Amino acid sequence: MTRQSLLDLLSFGPDGWGTVLAWATLTTVLIALSGYAIGAVIGVVGAYAKVSGGRIARSLADAYTTVLRGIPDLLVIYLFYFGGSAVVTWVGRLMGAEGFVGFPGFLAGALAIGITSGAQQTEVLRGGFHAVAKGELEAAKACGMSRSLMARRIVAPLTLRHALPGLGNVWQVVLKESALVSVTGVVELMRQAQIGAGSTRLPFDFYLIAACIFLLISSISGFLFGRSEARLSRGVRRG
Amino acid sequence: MDFAFAYDTLLTLLPAVPLTLLLAFNAILFGAVLALGLALCRISGLAILDWPARAYIFAFRGTPLLVQLFLIYYGLGQFPAVRHSILWPILREPYWCAVIALTLNTAAYASEIIRGGLLSVPHGQIEAAKACGMSRLLMARRIVLPLAIRQALPGYGNEMITMVKATSLASIITLMEITGVAAKLISETYRVMEVFIVAGALYLAINFVLTRLLALVERWLNPDARRRAQHPIAAAEEVTA
Repeated sequence: MTRQSLLDLLSFGPDGWGTVLAWATLTTVLIALSGYAIGAVIGVVGAYAKVSGGRIARSLADAYTTVLRGIPDLLVIYLFYFGGSAVVTWVGRLMGAEGFVGFPGFLAGALAIGITSGAQQTEVLRGGFHAVAKGELEAAKACGMSRSLMARRIVAPLTLRHALPGLGNVWQVVLKESALVSVTGVVELMRQAQIGAGSTRLPFDFYLIAACIFLLISSISGFLFGRSEARLSRGVRRG
Repeated sequence: MDFAFAYDTLLTLLPAVPLTLLLAFNAILFGAVLALGLALCRISGLAILDWPARAYIFAFRGTPLLVQLFLIYYGLGQFPAVRHSILWPILREPYWCAVIALTLNTAAYASEIIRGGLLSVPHGQIEAAKACGMSRLLMARRIVLPLAIRQALPGYGNEMITMVKATSLASIITLMEITGVAAKLISETYRVMEVFIVAGALYLAINFVLTRLLALVERWLNPDARRRAQHPIAAAEEVTA
């Protein structure tokens, strides 16, 4: 076998891996985005519980963030993948199906990433809320805003402004965490690189390509987060 | 939940704890040395040192640890030159590959934390040390490093906890640390919940001990804050005197 160069491997022709790698990249982005979105919902609920919940809601949210930030993401992915399969198999047996039913890896991965990043987003959003100046909230109350109007017009935009740098960091973590979903067999970037490495015996080239694509995605998203930070902070006076 | 099974699981997982601790300890130790070097390159003000360090940090912070691990464990073996080098007995071992990948990874993150700490040392302190006639080495040892470490410790603590969690990736390259044994148990018994809870509790316990230790070190590094907390009146009198 003649040794292919990196560019030959990346070509979109019949011998190249360009097309499958592009699809795998899309899958990686989709897993990361779905996990991040799930985490955002959890983060909003968790931060709300921590900021203005009762004692029970607060301690539940505290327990959640402490536990989920203290255990490895890989373990959570295993929990959802194997646990999901166990639940689905059990439901299948109730419906009369025989044997083991697998849980979709994409869903397990997105849920696992959502749960772990939700803990981080809870903390980031809580910090963002506490950074909102008290006077702004008082002013809103003084204008006679209802709670929901105040949340929509004052609290949410200002919290987001302060939380955005932290949320950008969480996104970068989520993007890199999505590589772990490859253990469930979902053909995302990492899994595709493994497949390519196995069939061409060129592991270094394939993992290098995967690394470069990850670097590209994280650079682009870093740039986008920087742009939106500038946009959200356009009303802030620079010291 | 089946407590008898959970107890059996605990007994199976406990022997895997030392490997997790060893991986984390080695990675943090070697990583700290490399990180200090990188941070010094970054603040040296010399482009020839600064730019390679920047590139290193960009590459290692922008890619998943799993890719770095695979590049080292599977990737390097692709080259005959590596397979025939004297380093091959090390690069062939999953344990050393995991330590190398974790070290290179944590160094990139930790160097930025250390750099932040070094930059936070007030200029006046350095001037005062110079005015006392301290040599550069003495100044680094007595003034700059203690202040920088104190400032960087909370961030560094988070990075250490991240590293403890990151050791779980070593299970993917066949190392039987906590997550590796847990995954094996799950696939043998299909009792996900018990195994997950016990393994998770082990990681939580390790991280809890680690945060307690870090809090102790932080107290030890901040004698003034400690004095204020213990003897508020005496400390106040000292200030006014």
